[in-house]
Amino acid sequence: MSSPLGMSLLSDLFSEGRLWGRLDDVQHDAGYGTSEEHPPRMGFFTDTSVCIGCKACEVACKEWNEVPDDGYLLTGMSYDNTQELGASTWRHVAFVEQPFETVAARPPQEPPVDVAPAVDLGMPSLGVPAGEDQATSSGESGVRWLMSSDVCKHCTHAACLDVCPTGALFRTEFGTVVVQPDVCNGCGYCVPACPYGVIDVRKGDGRAFKCTLCYDRLKEGQQPACAQACPTESIQFGELDELRERADRRLAELHDKGVDVARLYGRDPEDGVGGDGAFFLLLDEPEVYGLPPDPVVTTRDLGTIWKHVGAGAATLVGLGVVSFLGRRR
Amino acid sequence: MPRGEASMVPEVEFESYYGRPILKEPTWKTPDVPLYLFLGGLAGASSLLAEGAALTGRPDLERVARLAAAGGAAAGTVALVHDLGRPERFLNMLRVLKPTSPLSVGSFILAPFSGLAGAAAASDLTGRLPRLGRLAGAGAAALGPPLATYTAALLANTAVPAWHEAHRELPFVFGGSGAQAAGGLAMMLVPLDQAAPARRMALAGAAVEIAAAESILLRRGLAAEPYRIGMPGRLMTMARNCTAVASAATALAGRRSRLVSVLAGATYVTASLATRFGIFEAGRASARDPKYVVVPQRERVRARQGASAKMTG
Ligand code: SF4
Ligand code: SF4
Ligand code: SF4
Repeated sequence: MSSPLGMSLLSDLFSEGRLWGRLDDVQHDAGYGTSEEHPPRMGFFTDTSVCIGCKACEVACKEWNEVPDDGYLLTGMSYDNTQELGASTWRHVAFVEQPFETVAARPPQEPPVDVAPAVDLGMPSLGVPAGEDQATSSGESGVRWLMSSDVCKHCTHAACLDVCPTGALFRTEFGTVVVQPDVCNGCGYCVPACPYGVIDVRKGDGRAFKCTLCYDRLKEGQQPACAQACPTESIQFGELDELRERADRRLAELHDKGVDVARLYGRDPEDGVGGDGAFFLLLDEPEVYGLPPDPVVTTRDLGTIWKHVGAGAATLVGLGVVSFLGRRR
Repeated sequence: MPRGEASMVPEVEFESYYGRPILKEPTWKTPDVPLYLFLGGLAGASSLLAEGAALTGRPDLERVARLAAAGGAAAGTVALVHDLGRPERFLNMLRVLKPTSPLSVGSFILAPFSGLAGAAAASDLTGRLPRLGRLAGAGAAALGPPLATYTAALLANTAVPAWHEAHRELPFVFGGSGAQAAGGLAMMLVPLDQAAPARRMALAGAAVEIAAAESILLRRGLAAEPYRIGMPGRLMTMARNCTAVASAATALAGRRSRLVSVLAGATYVTASLATRFGIFEAGRASARDPKYVVVPQRERVRARQGASAKMTG
């Protein structure tokens, strides 16, 4: 939890582990005691290779959390009319449509023969995605569908939380990152701080909102609404350590089947945000899904930033002194 | 380095999700926030001018600078509170002191500064409690420089490429720009025979500001592009031109002509305003365009992969 911090803690505070880099026990860092004293860190592994784009997660999240609608816009850009995560969209299913011509540089692999036949949920498409690289074709033309249910990453080093001046954003005992609506004053600092563009201020309300990782359900020992609603187990909820192992196994399995484009995103505890609490298996570069390829928490540079602010302030003092030197008129 | 097309980073190919932004554009409102950046700089640097004027016996300069410090802080606070989604919860800013949040640190600078600068100005105007007034003024002068420069951390400690990548230069831009505004305002309102420190502050501040802003353009590559092009680019150019004209006029005739002093002072203030709006808008532009996020991050990934390939290969 955020607590007033004495300035004497400054050098410790801006050090590696606190603000960036590997941190194995986020709850301990947030003051929840040893790993015996708090529950394990919970998170999501979203395996996009089995996502069918049904948006059950989006709906379940809206329903459970009573998130207001955010307009009924048709974008015309794809099947994705939700468009992005935001104050009133805590799960967002991205639909990437790659006609084969445009993926010529990265040709899709032949669908492996030994996979279970995909279920047709009646999604509009050129055919049923047949392979685990989500490619399908009919006749001359083909399309590769990439569907991915995006969500707040519940970063190990969460910039939104670090910059929040009111303490509205806090780390829960499950290691997740949650806004307290009764404290948030809508300063909006968390919005440009998030390297993934997740959190936003809700218009008309004035406060910031994002995925809570269903904090209320977790406290009752239930799984999050979106994971519960997912029919393909694309959204897997569980203890982060266990999810990471499961993801490694799944990746190896896909690579064995020749789906070389599969890669994990946000799984590495050494990455720019110290690893994500909600991480992904993707079938293309992150930016294709609207994810930053190499996000770094802004607070990694905070020590340098404050140092330069100090030097800037000292320069201004110097300017003040110099102004009163020299001739009187 | 030549400006314009020749110095622009060549167009780069990158992938994105239908060209949509990756980052959220800051929800901070304009003019509230850029105005606050300007007023904080004006007030902070004015508190220094006021203290210097008091120490060296320049009552007219002291009066104007004290009012600028108090007025700037008060108006800045109004702008900041107005920007909040829930203004009635402004005091939640003072619930905790978080060194990781420049906005939190800044609130703990702004609140006492406003009080002290207000008390010093009130004492100066009314002539009451002169000793306490001076003490308050000294306190404000101690908090003034951090007030003028912490806003650089406010912008830089975000994921916004144009702001974050300029984190080494922005504090100097803001400090110099604040000195320019404070000096400029005093040049407009103070008789020539007491305005020498104001002129020197504006001139020196302008030099620091221009050097730091140029250094962003020279050193920050693609992340500096938003400062050159489009509306923010025009604002930054306007700021630089105003600063150059005002500095030339001040150096040549600022000491002799009241009219020149007033016009040059107003031009300095305009330049400082344009700088703040330009920097603010450049940040917004860099958050809107996924290019500024994807291209440098992709380069980083490639460099790392290259390095590890070399090590294993
Ligand atoms: S993804 Fe963004 S909003 Fe979510 S925890 Fe990380 S910084 Fe905060
Ligand atoms: S908008 Fe609310 S949650 Fe976001 S930083 Fe400000 S107070 Fe914290
Ligand atoms: S965990 Fe809960 S709040 Fe977060 S996206 Fe899923 S349903 Fe929504």
